[in-house]
Amino acid sequence: MSATGSPALVPTRPRTGISATLAHAGTVVAGNPVTGFAFALLLGLMACAVLGPSLVPYDPLASDTAIALQAPTLAHPFGTDQLGRDILSRVVVAARLDLAIAVFSVALVFVAGGLAGIMAGFFGGWTDRIVGRLADTIMAFPLFVLAMGIVAALGNTVGNIVLATAIINFPLYARLARAEAAQRRNAGFVMAARLTGNTDLRIVLTCILPNILPLMMVQMSLTMGYAILNAAGLSFIGLGVRPPTPEWGIMVAEGAGFIVSGEWWIALFPGLALMLAVFCFNLIGDGLRDIVDPQRRT
Amino acid sequence: MTAIPLLAIRDLTVEFATRRGTVQAVRRVDVSVAKGETVGIVGESGSGKSVTSYAVMRILDRAGRIAGGAVDFSGIDLRAATERQMRDLRGREISMIFQNPRAALNPIRKVGHQIEDVLRQHAEAGSGDAKAKAIAALEQVKIARATERYHAYPFELSGGMCQRVVIALALACRPQLLIADEPTTGLDVTTQKAVMDLVTGLTRERGMATVLITHDLGLAATYCDRIVVMEQGRVVETAPATTIFRAPAHAYTRKLMQATPRPGVTLRDLLPEGAPAAPLERAKAAGTPLLAVSGLVKAYPKKAGLLTRKAAEAPFRAVDSLSFTVARGESVGLVGESGCGKSTTSTMVMRLLDPTEGSIVFAGEEIGRVPAARFARHRLRPKIQMVFQDPTESLNPRWTAARAIADPLLRFRTVTGSDAVRARCEELARLVGLPVDLLDRFPHQLSGGQKARVGIARAIAPAPDLVILDEPTAALDVSVQALVLNLLADLKQALGMSYLFVSHDLQVVRLLCDRVIVMRAGRIVEEGPTAAVLSAPQAEYTRALLAAIPRPPV
Repeated sequence: MSATGSPALVPTRPRTGISATLAHAGTVVAGNPVTGFAFALLLGLMACAVLGPSLVPYDPLASDTAIALQAPTLAHPFGTDQLGRDILSRVVVAARLDLAIAVFSVALVFVAGGLAGIMAGFFGGWTDRIVGRLADTIMAFPLFVLAMGIVAALGNTVGNIVLATAIINFPLYARLARAEAAQRRNAGFVMAARLTGNTDLRIVLTCILPNILPLMMVQMSLTMGYAILNAAGLSFIGLGVRPPTPEWGIMVAEGAGFIVSGEWWIALFPGLALMLAVFCFNLIGDGLRDIVDPQRRT
Repeated sequence: MTAIPLLAIRDLTVEFATRRGTVQAVRRVDVSVAKGETVGIVGESGSGKSVTSYAVMRILDRAGRIAGGAVDFSGIDLRAATERQMRDLRGREISMIFQNPRAALNPIRKVGHQIEDVLRQHAEAGSGDAKAKAIAALEQVKIARATERYHAYPFELSGGMCQRVVIALALACRPQLLIADEPTTGLDVTTQKAVMDLVTGLTRERGMATVLITHDLGLAATYCDRIVVMEQGRVVETAPATTIFRAPAHAYTRKLMQATPRPGVTLRDLLPEGAPAAPLERAKAAGTPLLAVSGLVKAYPKKAGLLTRKAAEAPFRAVDSLSFTVARGESVGLVGESGCGKSTTSTMVMRLLDPTEGSIVFAGEEIGRVPAARFARHRLRPKIQMVFQDPTESLNPRWTAARAIADPLLRFRTVTGSDAVRARCEELARLVGLPVDLLDRFPHQLSGGQKARVGIARAIAPAPDLVILDEPTAALDVSVQALVLNLLADLKQALGMSYLFVSHDLQVVRLLCDRVIVMRAGRIVEEGPTAAVLSAPQAEYTRALLAAIPRPPV
């Protein structure tokens, strides 16, 4: 009908969904090498998480007071801590626990928050009010303090860290899913699905969910970094993971006291690992956003 | 025509950098506009008509680039002008009005203030006289009670009013050239007439030149002095408006003209010459009506105020005691302007919305009492289907064409087994003229016309008795519209369905419908056989609707 700014592009050869997405992802990565770097970093982190214990040169728990508080050397590239444990080994092994907490908490909130948000947006009315107020209530608290409270109340376990991290991220997911579902609730293709005898549940599963999934994936990646930070933060203040388990947050906490006396490496290297992980997930989130954004598909 | 044109576009080429290489959206285009002249640029989507105007204004997006040619505006080379010079020219010398008036206005600023902003920006007014000048500008675009409307926000005004404000903005600094890009698309036909009369009247009064960009050849021929027809980035014909309808020179112009619905032609006349088409027979409407609607009401309670909890006023009746019937094999047109309740009516008949009062009897069964939420599993659900207005929006972006067409087959279990479903999809695709190899494409890989065909195939898949057509061609180019309308007529004849055709376009309704119902403010104004209503309208409103249709000089 009306000509917009775009020229007449004849649809070229048809491409099926996955190969088209991959080709598009390739172009995005080529256009933005930082995204490629982030994906490489992610591979590295995952290798540490999966293969960690068999990669490292020393037992992360073995202490040897004879070599305590050594600055980085060739034998111990990241130095040793106050009990003589090799920090490199501990940092690498810790990746598994930190990533596991993040992955499980994000998966949990993705399912719970995403579904609650979709229901709220699609059905509106009371469902919307209940989910909306729930999200508002959670957002009314300082989130880290809320997470502390949940872990303190439910018990000091890794499972509860996962739960607490999921709960404080709930509003982000519920609100995003709600907004996207509400936008599509009266879309033509949803009406058409009603006409062809689809029930509400089926419409949610076939018409709403697949269309907002890409956006949710971006959100997942962005909150993953935050979840890692949150888990480490809880450990830092002594909740959740307990020593001597290698975990970045505790290691930073343990090392913090030594910085004043000049042993900077104990806190620095786990801190760097933490930073890299958060950085990696945020970059991937940005990259994913470019990949799923249809506006970028010229 | 004067010797020196106000705007001269010579050999203009505009390129867009895309992933598949460079695309030339505009190729060696020549257009000249003299002082006081109104030039229409006509073409279908992708013809480059808008891009040409963006190039003149130098507001191409980042991927676009003027690759060649010259643009000269009263002696200034617009291609070489600096951005600062262009900013000064835009609004003061060259103004533009866009398609969606609401998007062109700042939603949180009073319209009067927005006009003042433009006046001050170009130093046409100081702080003392800005308000008076803004009100004068509103009065000039024939906005009643301008002093009051000065304080209105865009959302408080109707679409036509907003477009008037946009025109007031565009003309506030008395520019020499006005570029109007589809200024009336999306407006009602009576509003379209008012807006176009206003634009042509004002520009004539001020001796301004106007470029009207539109897809509607009839509109351009009615209001312009000269018409430039564009196809795929090229100018194919330039001719005075008075002769273009009588003697179109280029084949594309002829095709475009032929596809435009106009008085005195039949559905088959819209098709290009040589297209195979069997003559259409008028179906005889007989027996008990397929659909009988009586006393249908949809009332919405008025929003209660913040302090007054109870709604004091009577509820707003979007549809008010409507009664009509549709016989088997008949097509009935439901015509009216936006807000007349025609879409609410069709949504209720479709059983996607519950009526407040009244009955809907379909195939002898009262279905108005079945809650819309439960109708999805109703026995009669397959028998009432719909073709939606926007073919893009009505297809799930994650489904291929085949999956979309198969959906009703799978849900209603009319066909079982994946091979049988696939076979039926291919049969339906052939029926609606969709190449079978396109079935595995996703909506974004299909053109507008192909998407419309997918939507039609989906609607006829469960073998419905009644199909509701909600402006099925409003989002399509005229040549595609001609094909789709003919397809709908063929399908109706082949499958014996009834149509309820919801539209604002009387010309289109005339082509497809046996009977027409004219609605206004939720009520029926006039009803009768299409030919009778259109040739001898009884109601004042129908006459006004008919009078507002652009009449190109033939």
